[in-house]
Amino acid sequence: MSEIHMDQQVISSLREVMEGGFAELLDTFLLDSEERIGQLHNAHEARDLTLVAHSFKGSSSNMGAIRLAQLCGQLEERAQKKQLAGIEELVIKIDDEYQMVRQLYRAERQRVAASSFASGG
Amino acid sequence: MNSPLPQAHGLTVLIAEDGAADRLLLSSIVQRQGHKVLLACNGAEAVELFRQQRPQLVLMDGLMPVMDGFEATRQIKALAGEVLVPVIFLTSLNHADALTRTLEAGGDDVLIKPYNPLLLAAKITVMDRLRRLQETVLQQRDLIARHNEYLLNEQRVAKAVFDRVAHSGCLSAPNIRYRQSPYALFNGDLLLAAYTPSGDTHVLLADFTGHGLPAAIGAMPLSEVFYSMTTKGYGLGEMLREMNAKLKRILPVDMFCCATLVCVSAQRRSVEVWSGGMPDGYLQARAAGQRTPLISQHVPLGVLKAKAFDHSTQVLPMHPGDQLFLLTDGVTETIGPDDQLFGVERLQRVLDSNREPQQLIDEVEQALRDFQGRTRDDVSMVLITSQLPEHPGMPVMLYTDSGQCSPLDWSASFEFRASTLQQFNPLPYLLHLLMEVHGLRAQGAVIHSVLSELYSNALEHGVLGLDSRLKRDAEGFTRYYRLRNQRLAELQRGFVRVSMQVMPCPRGGRLTLDVEDSGQGFDVAKMMARPLELDRFSGRGLNLVRQLCPAARWSEEGRKSTVEFSWEALA
Repeated sequence: MSEIHMDQQVISSLREVMEGGFAELLDTFLLDSEERIGQLHNAHEARDLTLVAHSFKGSSSNMGAIRLAQLCGQLEERAQKKQLAGIEELVIKIDDEYQMVRQLYRAERQRVAASSFASGG
Repeated sequence: MNSPLPQAHGLTVLIAEDGAADRLLLSSIVQRQGHKVLLACNGAEAVELFRQQRPQLVLMDGLMPVMDGFEATRQIKALAGEVLVPVIFLTSLNHADALTRTLEAGGDDVLIKPYNPLLLAAKITVMDRLRRLQETVLQQRDLIARHNEYLLNEQRVAKAVFDRVAHSGCLSAPNIRYRQSPYALFNGDLLLAAYTPSGDTHVLLADFTGHGLPAAIGAMPLSEVFYSMTTKGYGLGEMLREMNAKLKRILPVDMFCCATLVCVSAQRRSVEVWSGGMPDGYLQARAAGQRTPLISQHVPLGVLKAKAFDHSTQVLPMHPGDQLFLLTDGVTETIGPDDQLFGVERLQRVLDSNREPQQLIDEVEQALRDFQGRTRDDVSMVLITSQLPEHPGMPVMLYTDSGQCSPLDWSASFEFRASTLQQFNPLPYLLHLLMEVHGLRAQGAVIHSVLSELYSNALEHGVLGLDSRLKRDAEGFTRYYRLRNQRLAELQRGFVRVSMQVMPCPRGGRLTLDVEDSGQGFDVAKMMARPLELDRFSGRGLNLVRQLCPAARWSEEGRKSTVEFSWEALA
């Protein structure tokens, strides 16, 4: 069930691609995402909302946060079509999903730190 | 998985992506594949980085703050100009309209998130190959352009040189009209004209096989032979032998030179023609309104070895005012619509309808324009009108020596016997010797004319026993020259003697020329009693001599003539 929040296959291929930079990638993703969440709440115009949702969708998708990427995709589409009724609900859903994602990725980050410490790296 | 392509390495790749995580991920992937990375957070930064560092490839996000990827791509493509800088768009979903927008903005490919490192490497490799291909195409295009410019410049220089060579003669004389397409020379056409020492006009119209510079190369030696031998007083036969031998020696086997060489002599009322491999020329008699085609009877120059080469010429009557029209095959072989040739019949129709001879060339040109679909650049035409020189001695020869050593007291005597008369023309040598005497140079043309006449009278009427009355009409004229060639070929005995005596006088000097032959002689008293008539074929030679040299004397038997030229000391 947690696969939909953090795709293990994507994570392992990212670990492979990034090698020593994997921890930094996780940090960057989490930091960037906090910023996106803030921007989502502060967005006043549909255009800004679209842009933020688009970027957030892109990075989540790359990082294997599949559900988060899907929700951002829905938000982007609705914002683009200016279907703003009930949009707050969707933003809250994204909030909730991100809380889940954050936990999982932080845990992943801890594991990386431990294993690199263990391997002396 | 092994990539089937050798992977691209060492490119500078610009990444424009507003998401920090995506940027980090992408730059790690690209760096790991051996490339240098430039990072931009939006389109404006991307354009600026491109301007400064000229990366070879761009990975571009579509939606970005400040300036989106579409606009940035347009600006980068504009900055890149002819150079191909591939732009790969980064996009989340496979929306058809989003893909279309990337292509419209000038994107070359698309990479869909989440990124697959192998796919990205393959795309970079393919784009790099395209980029190199474009680079090669541009380099080759520039190379071809440079070569072409080089070639055109060479042609311009060569044309300037050739024009100077080919037009140093008397093509601008009032009795010569001609038309040549500007680069006709580079299609092998050559037109030369020059005066002989006695004021006759030599014209050569030649057409080398082939095109371009190679076809023009032969023009140099041919012009040199033409001008130098004409100036020295050589006849057509000697010039043709020399030209043929020279071209045979220097031209490659598959190259030769079609040519018509003529000597128009208004003084002798005649034209001498040799033509090999050329389209028919035309002799138009003004008075009779008659047109005689001049048909090529020989193999072109540069084909036959000296022994097999036939330099025999045709002599036709040509009065002052008569015209000779010569052309190269560019005229008759101009191709019109339906691949039809202009041809001889169309040309003859133009000649038939011509009223004003001076307009003839324009009329032929107009007919070609009316007829043709395609322009040819090897059209040459020349129209020569027989015209008596204003005063004999028109061409004053230029000498370059200092004039310090001039022989003033000497005599010499020559006897030319049968086998020599058959094949040797001593006139250029005799003239050359006489022109060493500086005081005689001003009269060079007259001396040449008179000596030529006396020599040919001695040979033709004396040694060969030809009756000048034969030349009374055009038919007889042709018969006369046929007979001359026949008798000369069969000649067993006989001689022409030329003696020259140069003596100094108190204020100058005097040349006495005697020309004597082994023939029957003629009735001197009767001849001297005849009035000086110029417009008759018969007896032309003696009339000319008497006109040019009033003190000319003939011995009683008419076998020996004597003329004198004196000069005053040069200031």
